[in-house]
Amino acid sequence: MSDGARYEAVIGIECHVELKTSSKMFCGCRNEFGGEPNRQLCPVCLALPGALPVPNRLAIEHVVRAGLAFGAQIPVASKFDRKNYFYPDMPKNYQISQYDLPLTTGGVVRYRRADGSEGSCRLTRIHLEEDTGKSTHLGSGDGRIAGSTHSLVDFNRAGVPLMECVGEPDIRTPEDAVAFLEFLRLTFLYLGISDVKMEEGSLRCDANVSIRPAGTSAFGTKTEIKNMNSFRSVARALEYEIARQRRVLAEGGRIVQETRGWDESEGVTHSMRSKEQAHDYRYFPDPDLVPLTLDGAWIEGLRGSVGFTPIAAYDRLQRGGGLSVAQVRQIVEDPALTRFLLETLERKPGDDAFAQATANWLLSDVARILGREGISIDGQELLTPANLGELVELASGGTVTSKTAKELLERMMAGGGSPKEIVAREGLAQLSDPSAIASVVDEVIAANDKSVADYKAGKENAIKALVGQVMKVSKGKANPQLAESLLRERLAQS
Amino acid sequence: MIRRSATEIAAAVNARQAAAVEVLEAQLARVEQMEPQIGAYLAKTEELARACARRVDERIAAGASLPLAGVPLAVKDNMCLAGTVTTAGSKILQGWVAPYTATAVQRLLDAGCVPVGKANLDEFAMGSSCENSALGTTRNPWDPERVPGGSSGGSAAAVAAREAALATASDTGGSIREPAAFCGVVGMKPTYGRVSRYGLIAFASSLDQIGPIARTVEDAARMYDVMAGHDPMDSTSLPRPAEPTAGGLRRDLHGLRIGLVREFATKDLGEEIDAVYQSAYRQLAALGAEIVDVALPHAEYGLATYYLIAPAEASSNLARFDGVRYGPRGNGTNVQEMYARTRAAGFGPEVKRRILIGTYALSSGYYDAYYVRAQKARTLMAGDFEKAFGACDLIACPAASSPAFPFGAKGDDPVAMYLMDFYTIPMSLAGLPALSVPCGFASDGTAGARELPLGLQLVAPLYQEARLFGAAHAYEQATRFTLDRAPAGLEGVR
Amino acid sequence: MDVRYVARLARLDLSDEEAGLYQRQLDRLLEHVRRLQELDVSHVAPTAQVVPLTNVLRDDANRPSLEREQALAGAPAREGAFFKVPQIIGDEE
Repeated sequence: MSDGARYEAVIGIECHVELKTSSKMFCGCRNEFGGEPNRQLCPVCLALPGALPVPNRLAIEHVVRAGLAFGAQIPVASKFDRKNYFYPDMPKNYQISQYDLPLTTGGVVRYRRADGSEGSCRLTRIHLEEDTGKSTHLGSGDGRIAGSTHSLVDFNRAGVPLMECVGEPDIRTPEDAVAFLEFLRLTFLYLGISDVKMEEGSLRCDANVSIRPAGTSAFGTKTEIKNMNSFRSVARALEYEIARQRRVLAEGGRIVQETRGWDESEGVTHSMRSKEQAHDYRYFPDPDLVPLTLDGAWIEGLRGSVGFTPIAAYDRLQRGGGLSVAQVRQIVEDPALTRFLLETLERKPGDDAFAQATANWLLSDVARILGREGISIDGQELLTPANLGELVELASGGTVTSKTAKELLERMMAGGGSPKEIVAREGLAQLSDPSAIASVVDEVIAANDKSVADYKAGKENAIKALVGQVMKVSKGKANPQLAESLLRERLAQS
Repeated sequence: MIRRSATEIAAAVNARQAAAVEVLEAQLARVEQMEPQIGAYLAKTEELARACARRVDERIAAGASLPLAGVPLAVKDNMCLAGTVTTAGSKILQGWVAPYTATAVQRLLDAGCVPVGKANLDEFAMGSSCENSALGTTRNPWDPERVPGGSSGGSAAAVAAREAALATASDTGGSIREPAAFCGVVGMKPTYGRVSRYGLIAFASSLDQIGPIARTVEDAARMYDVMAGHDPMDSTSLPRPAEPTAGGLRRDLHGLRIGLVREFATKDLGEEIDAVYQSAYRQLAALGAEIVDVALPHAEYGLATYYLIAPAEASSNLARFDGVRYGPRGNGTNVQEMYARTRAAGFGPEVKRRILIGTYALSSGYYDAYYVRAQKARTLMAGDFEKAFGACDLIACPAASSPAFPFGAKGDDPVAMYLMDFYTIPMSLAGLPALSVPCGFASDGTAGARELPLGLQLVAPLYQEARLFGAAHAYEQATRFTLDRAPAGLEGVR
Repeated sequence: MDVRYVARLARLDLSDEEAGLYQRQLDRLLEHVRRLQELDVSHVAPTAQVVPLTNVLRDDANRPSLEREQALAGAPAREGAFFKVPQIIGDEE
């Protein structure tokens, strides 16, 4: 029996998410990534003597929205606590956080794996706190803290609103961990509450990992994995750590409860520090702040803004069956595109072919033009769900040729308008009347002796050249299938 | 002019009978003369004062009328005043220049006050004698061998010695009322939340409150009226408008029930002191008050409650003094060593004791037994007052258990010093407004001791500052203990 | 109370003499505060704040920050626009 069959992994994910607000959590300084060092500071976030915090209402609402999107409970009473520990990038040497009364408790993150199958992971809680500054370590040669001689601190990030989402240990595979994170990330993106960019640190995650004999329910000793800077490194780090723990147990060893850092370049986890001795954070209610009462009307007002989530969109797009799993995944990645598509599909509910065609348009031609222009679907107003829907109908119904349809799209995205009106105004409807095409066909046969001769000599390809000529002469309006059958008919007669 | 009350100075400056710059120059000369004896100030701020005085004269010339036009002000050195060195009496802030101004101080400047200097205090306002200042010694103007009280000792001494007409002070467990009593001046602690704490270097956030020290009740009321009111920079600032108090000063106490606290019998304070308080209570009755008996059964737990809650909050509030962003730094090869040495060298013994006890009270395993239990005792204390105020409109009691004591008298037993706050702590825990008004003189019975002022403490229900000042004014005008008598040796000094 | 342990948590270097003195003084204070154990607080809610306020919040609006030089002016050590600190080591107690 292999190790893989004997053990299963138990994974719990914790995420820190910087919230998207204009100002910081407890002061009016800008909440902006990448500013010049130590320019976004005031007495409050630099913890000058005498300064006092005042909480940002929007940040609180963002967290409540996040909880509501996952069906979490919003307790009536909440508050901020101080978490006391000394660290040079934390100006007050305590972090304003939430201890026993977080803004949201419970909830479930439903997610879809790459193959479209569904999984879920419960949330323990989501709470609100403030971010720390950032240190650059010097003297170690490689920027690492180990071996450094001194550090330089930029406090711009100190006081940025930070949401901590704690997941239950419901996850069993690295693949599910990534899928969970993807849907968590997308949900925050859909809600507009964070930029969720791992590369900028606005989404950071740690994982608790243990393994246990398959089929048992007691948890093994866990390790906490840090420093995972992308979803790919989450998958790699978890795979490595699970394998490492299996190896330790197989060799008769014991797993030590500790924090381990993921080393991206070496592809291994290193022990960072022992967690055997718990920190004494001396949490207590922040006496500079007053309690929060999350009354019904406030919550209900927020509930209205959390209906649009990636998992709901995924379900709707997949339900009809018109779209492939890959297409659904690709669309759901982009909240604006998803919103656009879903709105377009409301024109023809339940029409799988229309859904398929619209998705194809959005993912190919529309995406190409947007890419060329360097804009996003919600960064323009000319293409709308209404006029795109019309275009898809015109093209699918054969009213215009696909060539005309592409031209129409270009024109719509350059100047807007209804494609139906453009077609009517400029006579761009596809020529599907045999009598109207017949004269063009005759004209083409008369003018292309060589192709005609080739065709008659049995060169089947010659018919394509002749159809091409018909399209050219008709300015793309001729129905190509009709043109071909008329050509074959006439050539057979002559 | 500087011997006049703040009310009189403001009237003269507003009427252009005197210029603010003239008042200031006279005041600076007086400070120059008195400081060698008194040591009320840690720093003088002449340059800023001259600029402020000129500005006041310009505003008056432009037609403005300012409630405290040209009134010389001492600012307790735990309040930020932009551009001035602000130390809280601690070596850990030596040389630190505040880049912003506390809200309460700003309101005083806007009202026409002229800041003469930064007044001495017990380090971080922790103490009852001013002996804990790391940066200077302040002497009691009534007897230079004795302490001025604390922590607002510099503020009280400055006002008593006519080195300022008004002084800002802060009270956490008695730090306004006790030094006011010791120095024979009026000191008032408003309802918690009435005056913004923004810019007040925090000792214990849930207890700290800024209030006025003045030579007359009317001056204190005017100063309070200017400082009080909502401040959006302080989350604990009361949004309700603070009713002006200066207009409601009374000449009698008819219709008021004044409660004497059963647990605060003065017999044990010595015959002479007991006689002063009994006479004060008779005077209240003579002015028309109905004297009633009230009980504060939990008052005896006040000290124990306070000496857990205040140090716990302080241990966290003072964590920011770490040698990273401001203040002198201790040597250390790594940051943890640097912290420990910076703080060891920067904090004095009393501050260290309180940080230690507070850290302990919050630490894992002791939090419920100490901190939470103290918070519950605090609830009981507030309940006592609520019940007592069902039977009376004001409470009268001593402001301190003795007159000013000689330097070094309390030895190295912190509990003996803490007992000085026995009469002031319960009101602080309940957040109530209270003031000390001179009520007579007594020697402490030691051979050759001079007569020293004593303070009568009046306490009002939450938000009833107007009632408090009104009654205190009636008592003051009827008794005139320090209105007609200056500290020995200072009468003739001009 | 173990004054050495608490001093480590609070980042205070203590000499042996200080540790002994504070141990004695704080033991005495703790003896005094233990009086609170006499109180029956089983049905009493804790008071963290005396002001009867909830939901004191700020709109998400910007206010001017300090000039960078103002922010850095008090720094005991700096390098360019950064605060400089000695080697950072783990924060284990």
